[in-house]
Amino acid sequence: MSKYSKNINKKQIRIALRNCGIIDPEIIEEYIARDGYHALGEVLTRQTPEETIELMKASGLRGRGGAGFPAGLKWDFARKNEADQKYVVCNADEGDPGAFMDRSILEGDPHSVLEAMAIVGRCIGSDMGYIYIRAEYPLAIARLKIAIEQAREYGLLGKDILGSGFNFDIDLKYGAGAFVCGEETALIHSMEGERGEPTLKPPFPAESGYMGKPTNVNNVETLANVPVIILKGAEWFSSIGTESSKGTKVFALAGKINNVGLIEVPMGTTLREVIFEIGGGIKDGKKFKAAQTGGPSGGCLTEKHLDTPIDYENLVANGSMMGSGGMIVMDEDDCMVSIARFYLDFTVEESCGKCAPCRIGNKRLHELLQRICEGKGEESDLVRLRNLGEVIKDTSLCGLGQSSPNPVLSTMDNFPEEYLSHVVDKKCTSGVCTDLLEYFIVEENCIGCTACARACPVGCISGERKEPHLINPDTCIKCGACMEKCKFDAVILK
Amino acid sequence: MSLVKLTIDGNKVEVPAGTTIYKAAKQLDIDIPILCYMDLKDLNIENKPGGCRICSVEVEGRRNLAPSCSTAVAEDMLVRTNSMRVINARRTVMELILSDHPKDCLSCAKAGNCDLQDMAVLLGIREIPGQEYAEMSTYRLDTSPSIIRDLDKCIMCRRCETMCNDFQTVGALHAVNRGFEAVVAPAFEMNLEHSPCTYCGQCVAVCPTGALTEVDHTGKVIAALNDPTKTVVVQTAPAVRAALGEEFGMEPGTRVTGQMVTALKQLGFDYVFDTDFAADLTIMEEGTELLGRLKRHLEGDESVQLPILTSCCPGWVNFFEYNYPDLKDVPSTARSPQQMFGAIAKTYFADKIEVDRKDMVVISIMPCLAKKYECQRDEFSVDGNPDVDFSISTRELAHLIKQANMDLNKLEEDDFDAPLGESSGAAVIFGATGGVIEAATRTAYELQTGKTLEKVDFKQLRGMEGIRSATVDFDGLDINIGIAHGLGNARKLLDEVKAGKSKYHAIEVMACPGGCIGGGGQPLHHGDASILKARTKAIYKEDEGKTIRKSHENPYILKLYDEFLGEPLSEKAHELLHTHYFDKRKKIFQV
Amino acid sequence: MSSVKIELRQDQVDKIHSICDSFGNQEGELINVLHKCQSTFGYLPAEVQEVISEKMEMPAAKVYGVVTFYSFFTMIPKGKHPISICTGTACYVRGAETVLNEFKKQLEIEVGETCEDGIFSLSCLRCVGACGLAPVVQVGDKTYGRVAPDDVKGIIEAYTG
Repeated sequence: MSKYSKNINKKQIRIALRNCGIIDPEIIEEYIARDGYHALGEVLTRQTPEETIELMKASGLRGRGGAGFPAGLKWDFARKNEADQKYVVCNADEGDPGAFMDRSILEGDPHSVLEAMAIVGRCIGSDMGYIYIRAEYPLAIARLKIAIEQAREYGLLGKDILGSGFNFDIDLKYGAGAFVCGEETALIHSMEGERGEPTLKPPFPAESGYMGKPTNVNNVETLANVPVIILKGAEWFSSIGTESSKGTKVFALAGKINNVGLIEVPMGTTLREVIFEIGGGIKDGKKFKAAQTGGPSGGCLTEKHLDTPIDYENLVANGSMMGSGGMIVMDEDDCMVSIARFYLDFTVEESCGKCAPCRIGNKRLHELLQRICEGKGEESDLVRLRNLGEVIKDTSLCGLGQSSPNPVLSTMDNFPEEYLSHVVDKKCTSGVCTDLLEYFIVEENCIGCTACARACPVGCISGERKEPHLINPDTCIKCGACMEKCKFDAVILK
Repeated sequence: MSLVKLTIDGNKVEVPAGTTIYKAAKQLDIDIPILCYMDLKDLNIENKPGGCRICSVEVEGRRNLAPSCSTAVAEDMLVRTNSMRVINARRTVMELILSDHPKDCLSCAKAGNCDLQDMAVLLGIREIPGQEYAEMSTYRLDTSPSIIRDLDKCIMCRRCETMCNDFQTVGALHAVNRGFEAVVAPAFEMNLEHSPCTYCGQCVAVCPTGALTEVDHTGKVIAALNDPTKTVVVQTAPAVRAALGEEFGMEPGTRVTGQMVTALKQLGFDYVFDTDFAADLTIMEEGTELLGRLKRHLEGDESVQLPILTSCCPGWVNFFEYNYPDLKDVPSTARSPQQMFGAIAKTYFADKIEVDRKDMVVISIMPCLAKKYECQRDEFSVDGNPDVDFSISTRELAHLIKQANMDLNKLEEDDFDAPLGESSGAAVIFGATGGVIEAATRTAYELQTGKTLEKVDFKQLRGMEGIRSATVDFDGLDINIGIAHGLGNARKLLDEVKAGKSKYHAIEVMACPGGCIGGGGQPLHHGDASILKARTKAIYKEDEGKTIRKSHENPYILKLYDEFLGEPLSEKAHELLHTHYFDKRKKIFQV
Repeated sequence: MSSVKIELRQDQVDKIHSICDSFGNQEGELINVLHKCQSTFGYLPAEVQEVISEKMEMPAAKVYGVVTFYSFFTMIPKGKHPISICTGTACYVRGAETVLNEFKKQLEIEVGETCEDGIFSLSCLRCVGACGLAPVVQVGDKTYGRVAPDDVKGIIEAYTG
């Protein structure tokens, strides 16, 4: 099956994914045939770097990797910092579990990223670029290597590109499995062969980045937009999207949805359009419950957000964030407390350990959630969860810790009753938290054979012979012996 | 530099651009609490990981709180260091840190001297929510001859890592693992003994908790003093007297030599001697060795190793044995004063008082943790009986004195015992960076030129610069002297030697900042480097007050040569006062 | 650290040296060196790290600090058939955890461990980009989609039977 959504309907506009699945990524001519490297030519021959940067600023393109910083502005900072050497870095360390758009672009259209990097190089005054890519992406790495080689052969990388006197080359640097390296200072330390621990900003990479030199870091999807914007103009790009968020966004649609895969939609598309029109609705006709955007840094959107236009500001206002574009759809069978625990589990594993709130705080958040899922939670734990979550956001060193409590806080905001039922009634309504389930005898199936009552080690099953039996939940120790003994599927977990 | 105006807690202040909020607040006498941050200004060491987040403050217009230790001021910034949002965050973060910290404060080596404990007191932490089910990160306890690592108590301030790598360039410690398991440790989380650790103890000196502490021998001291069959001899290093008073609330830089002697006598030591005596002896041996090498060099002998390197500092010795094993013929072969003292005490002095060396216990009081390791070296024992039985730090001595209900402030002064208690001013200055080489210069000059030094103060050799150099005119012969304190600085000079590019005739190296006065066994400076300067002053003051200020004029030293050793570098002197070095690189990682 | 002390052969030491040389023994290339060494040896035992540290003139503590920071690097040799369970979000919501627990139960090892006979090792990975097939399990290069706990036994038997 294709990794792109089956339903390429009119709601979708493909800019970043324009060539994916259409050209052979290992043949540069196919890229060139679709206007590839024309933007670079344009920039090198017809524009000054200042003009290109102005164009990018006017287009309104914002970073697609997380926080959404305006790309043109970022380039401008790096340009204005004088140095004998500057670097262009492509962040391809896609770490959000459930997002794979960067990999798809690198595998399907590697040249678009190379071309964009050369354009950035021209704009900021750099002759060297690095792609920091996950070692877990062997196909993307192989295709990038081929693409770089071909671009060099064509004189589109290397010395004196297109006779303009501009030199630019690209090399790969490999990540080694650390989500925190998506944070640009951590990424730079990792490129330098160090532990990928973030450092405080300022100094920003635009002042002091790789090897202490001004460095511009953009993510893959951001870069993939760049050549088209140069060719079609800022006006065209900014006509797509909302007031504050221009262009399109690629989402990796997954979870309990009929059409999973990558989609690219204009900013401002509503969640309803994404889920029910493009995504084909919820699987098995179940009820939509929530959609998590922004991965472990984001939060969930619910039914009441279905008609909210998706853009950077609206997501943040609703306790989530754009992140890299993972969108996991959940239905009525999903327990939001365990979803929050799942994300915290990820964060605890991926915290670098440098700052105390993230290192210890997320661990404690996870412990609290674990206890709540096990039925050991108390109402006061909910107060603690919130305070802890807010302090971790307020005090953590980098973006990872500053956003890691979002899944907890947002599920608490949107599903307070689920948390309450876990801690007060000790019930998990969706039946996910197995520790909260109770053994129960279905009256219709029970023939009163007494096998269960005889097997019960604590004698909590009562009932007359040939009459339906009953389990006393207060004394039941949940050993499961009754269920094992019952030949009539009368004992169930509920 | 341009000035920036800002408001902190309603007070206006103007500071140079680039100043941090923390430092700007200090100008207003607002003390923002800090935990991981450390600024040793005079040594150019700054530890600023922004890790503990205790110093967070509120900056108007900013989404989250700002770490004041590392956030620069901006024009018209509005800072609140005491809003309830800040105080709540600070307390919550502190509760988190404590939730992953053992609660055995009663028996912790750092109790009463612990930055973390102080912070808990300041923030009024009374309970740790959820402690009963909070998992704690735990690690294997590591006990080396000098240092104990109890990493359960590590709060990841990274100060030790900064000292070990940036300042000392030893590279024994590094942050390892990730997330909740992250900690600072040697390679493969092996014990320090299997790492390049020099036992300089600078990690211990800056550790804000009980994660890194010295191996405590005070129990052994009590046992020895309590044993009627033992003759217990104590020697005290020069730097101890310049710092011990701090443990009793005295101003840094207060000299307590006489009170310390009284305390030691009251504790019951049979003989209270001075390591300074052995320092004078060191100068006799090392100075003679220097002049010998110099003479051969001047005569055109190309096999002679110059510069000569001092060898008093055991941390430094460990450092070059691991990092420069190919240069192990370059340093002086003279043993350190501690070991010279032990060797003389258990031979010359033991004979004099007719005590068998097995019945004599020699204890040293040192500003240093590497000394604990040094006295355990095989080459410094005879038939398994060590010349120096064990070494305790300045801090341990303070504990002992306090245990014995004594207050140094209230004690009369007393004099060291003879004969191993007499010393020159030259020996006292061993305690400060540049002191050994100055002492050597005073003696070598007179021995070389046959003239009397008019001015014994070589001010050009003193100071706190990491690397210093000076040329001393030996009556027409220019002697180039290099001085380094801190092993990172020493490495620079050693690399020159290795490359054959060193211009020096003699180099003094001390592993610790400021020399022994900043040793790993000294009272904790808690990040205040000005204390080191005050101690240095005290050392030079004691030198000035001495009637004898040159080692070769110490009458007891002359008597020792006369009665026992013969002359410097004699066979007997070689046997007792000199040593040889090992290639330690091979021993690393061998379990 | 790895529990088994290994002795590197001279040709293995030479191989590590040549890898370090190929990156100019530059401190900044440490991660690249580690990648190459891991693909050569299958894992990064302490002994390999020691050689790297000596050759590249950096503290072994630093090399170890970097190795233990990144989850891709391992100091334990992988099994002959490394089993990876995707625990990305899509797989999680479709039951990856129950599948993982079943593997742990059947193989009697925890995540990050290798069976005593060295045949299987168990690890988690985050999103292989096959969310449509969730939950996904990889054994070596082979990918299994829509795995249910009941399928686990069969998957294991396919490699042992």
